[in-house]
This record gives sequence, C-alpha cells and structure tokens, in this order.
Amino acid sequence: MTGSIATYFEYPFVRYAIIVGMLIALCSSLFGVTLVLKRFSFIGDGLSHVAFGALAVASVINLTNQMILVLPITVGCAILMLRAGQNTRIRGDAMVAMVSVGALAFGYLIMNLFSTSTNLSGDVCTTLFGSTSILTLTSEDVLLSAILSVAVVAVFIIFYNKIFAVTFDEGFAKATGTNAGGYNLLIAVVISVVIVVAMNLVGSLLISALVVFPALSAMRICRSFKGVTVFSAVLSVSCAFAGMITSIVAGTPVGATIVMVDIAAFLVCFVTGLAARR
Amino acid sequence: MALISVSNVSLGYDAGIIAKDINLEINNGDYLCIVGENGSGKSTFIKTLLGFQRPLSGKVIFGEGLRKNEIGYLPQQTSVQKDFPASVWEIVLSGCQARAGLRPFYNSDEKKMARENMKRMNVEEFAGRCYRQLSGGQQQRVLLARALCASRSLLILDEPVSGLDPKATADMYEAIKKLNDEGVTIIMISHDVNAAVRFATHILHMRSNPVFLTKEEYKNSDLGKCYLAVEP
Repeated sequence: MTGSIATYFEYPFVRYAIIVGMLIALCSSLFGVTLVLKRFSFIGDGLSHVAFGALAVASVINLTNQMILVLPITVGCAILMLRAGQNTRIRGDAMVAMVSVGALAFGYLIMNLFSTSTNLSGDVCTTLFGSTSILTLTSEDVLLSAILSVAVVAVFIIFYNKIFAVTFDEGFAKATGTNAGGYNLLIAVVISVVIVVAMNLVGSLLISALVVFPALSAMRICRSFKGVTVFSAVLSVSCAFAGMITSIVAGTPVGATIVMVDIAAFLVCFVTGLAARR
Repeated sequence: MALISVSNVSLGYDAGIIAKDINLEINNGDYLCIVGENGSGKSTFIKTLLGFQRPLSGKVIFGEGLRKNEIGYLPQQTSVQKDFPASVWEIVLSGCQARAGLRPFYNSDEKKMARENMKRMNVEEFAGRCYRQLSGGQQQRVLLARALCASRSLLILDEPVSGLDPKATADMYEAIKKLNDEGVTIIMISHDVNAAVRFATHILHMRSNPVFLTKEEYKNSDLGKCYLAVEP
C-alpha cells in the first residue's frame, strides 16, 4: 500500500493537489473557530449554497474563469447575511435560509434549463459534493487556491488579536474604539473566500463540515483561544491529509472522505474531553 | 471642566422618547449609580455615553482630554462568553486592544499593564485558567481587570453583580469601591438601590423625566424614600 502511495506522489499534480488540500483545510479551520463562537455557523452553510448558485450561473454562461463571478456574488451575500443578522424585521437565520435555499434552487434550475453539458447530473454532483477525485483539479485551480489560502492565513495572523477581541466581546471592543462592524465585515468576506476556494476540494454541501468540525473538536480539548486555534488548524490539516490519501488509495470521493475523517476526529476529541473533565 | 457633561439629552428609539432632558456632570473621582425600572432607559443612556447610539436631542461632551477609547466598559455577560474557550490572560490582555491600535501584536508595556491589573483585581493566579471554568464572581473580576487595561480613569459598569451570589456581590462592590477610592471614576447601572446609596456619590434615577441628585439629596427626596422603603 505504501508502494502505491509513493507511485502517486511521483506525479507533480498529485503533490500539488495534496498541498492545496492541506492549505484549504488550514484556512477553513482558522476562521471556523470564530464562526462557531460567534454563532455564525449557519452563515457558512448558507454561503456555500449561494456559491453553488453562482457557480451554476458561471458555467451556464461559459465563463472560463468561474471565480470572477462566484467570488463577488458570494462576498456580496456574506455582507447581506451579516447585516440581516442585526436586522430585527427578518430574523438572521430566516434570512440565511431564504437566501441559501433560493440560491440552491435557482442554480439547479438554470443548470437544467441552459446547460450544454451531456452529463448534467454528474456536473451537479461535482459542484455539490466536490470532485470525485482530487486528481481532476486543474493546475489553475491549484495555483489560485494556493494564493487565496496564503492570503487568508496572512489576514488571520495580522488581525488575530482584533478577531479575538471582536469574537469574545463585541460590546467591549466597540466601547474601546475597535471598529467591530469593520472586523465583522472582514470576517464575512474572508469566510466567503474560504468557501469559494474550498468548493473545489469538497463541494458546496460539505464545506461547513470543514469549517465547523475542527473548531468544535478543539473546543472539547483546549482551554485558551490560541490553543483552540492551533489545535483546530493542526487537526484540520492532518484530517485533510489522511482523507486525501485514503481517497486516492481506496478510490472514494475526496470531500466525503475528508469529512468522515473529521467526524471521527471529533468523536475522539469529544470522548477525550469528557474523560478529562471527570 | 467636568469629565463628562450631559446637557438636555433625550433618549429613545423610533417609537418615541424614553427619557427626556437629562442634565448632569460627572467629575473625576465621582461614583454615579444609575437606577430605575426595566425599560426606563438605563442601558440606552450608557450606550449613548459609549457612542453606540446618538441621543434624540442634546449633547454629551467629554472633557479633560478624555478620549472616546479611554473608557473601560464592563458589559453584561453574553451567552457566547459562558462557554468561550479563552484563558484569563488572553481576555485581560484584550483590554489593551485600543492602545495597540493597528499594531497586530501586543508589546511588553501592554503585557506588563495586563499583569498589573490582574494583580490589582486579584486574579493573577488564574492567568492560565480557562475563563468558562471560573465562578461568576471570578469572571466579573477578570472582566474588571480587562476594563482597567482599557482605561485608568473611567469605568462604565452594566449591572456588574447580576447573577452573583451574596458573597460574590459584596466582594464585587468592595472591589469597585476600592477602585473608586484609588481615583477611578465609576458609572454603574444597578438594580440594587440600597447598595447604590451606600457606595455612590451621585444617583441618576431613570424615568420619563430622569432625576440627577447627590446621594444625600436622593436619600431625602420623596422619590428616594419611596424606592428605599420598598427594598428590604
């Protein structure tokens, strides 16, 4: 088995794909902690559906680089949902449900109506659940994902202390002159970038798992924000690596395999957390 | 000049005015307690002082070089904080956020300040502990230490003793009193009128036409007598 993995690694595109997969896992886990703690997990889920709708539009109008359309639409909806969270007329969660389900239905509908592809259900499946194999990622995908991932990690490190302050206590942060609204916006924008990038790897339906599971696992074990952040990043990257290797060897879909590994890790952390508290 | 002067301020939302014509001056070293029934505008008044919302009319003027980001604020606890995985050290240090400005990381002065304020509030032994594992009283003292990192001169406290047991409540009042004796100006919302008249120098009683009096005046006023009589 090790022999067959080694054979795969001889191909550069496999190595690149694995590196990108790990980068995506890293940046989705970083902001996952904030999202979970701010009770924003559902926004991540809603955004992934929006990204699906946008992707459907992009593929129907035959854009060569779909990111040009998908990224701005997703970022726009992220801002919209964040604003709605503070609006009392339509509750935030109801708003997210409306936008996300609407985008999903709209995307599927126009794919059906206008798609020129011969394998429609295959296309839909790929956008929802990710590439059946990581080996089908194109080299442009890999490069773009790598650049965006590095940018996300950089933003997180630079604003780490601000993000902590705004996540823990928005009222206090505002009172001491921190631009809480601005940082919330930053968080929403970065989350949408993460989601768009991660869609290549795990597909739009499974992104939330990548964002939420490492953070929740780390929260079972660690006692400080830094600890939770570091642990969830390490855990997420290892799970992604293990998941990708498994999927190559066993021929299973990449996204689903990674999520399964994440769930297994969560269960281990959950039990460990319970045992430690005794 | 006063630290904060509030002139002819009216508070409210779109729906209408909650409280009108608030006039008061807060000087260095004062201890102001804001009392009144639920919905009378206590929190709205504090939000106005903090600049979260504008008064419907009137003015709030900050004097003596007090800048907006030099207010230490102790908000009511939110549900998010109750299971937030953060160490006491991280939380206290985050009080230096305004000082750090756009600099991404804290410098040694700020860390020193965080350590000093933890000592001051007697929570240094918890530095590495997880916030959510502390008792309610300990959590409040941690948040006070954080507020002190944000401001040496003025603290605004929103019901700092709500949900605390009697012992922790007494300790908290004691700690706040001690800070006031050291020269920190205190503005505090309180449900407990008896405690308010015991510790405060001034009382702001919120209602549709709020009353601002010194403690002695309040004790002797009909309004004060009425409220103090109701309490056990």
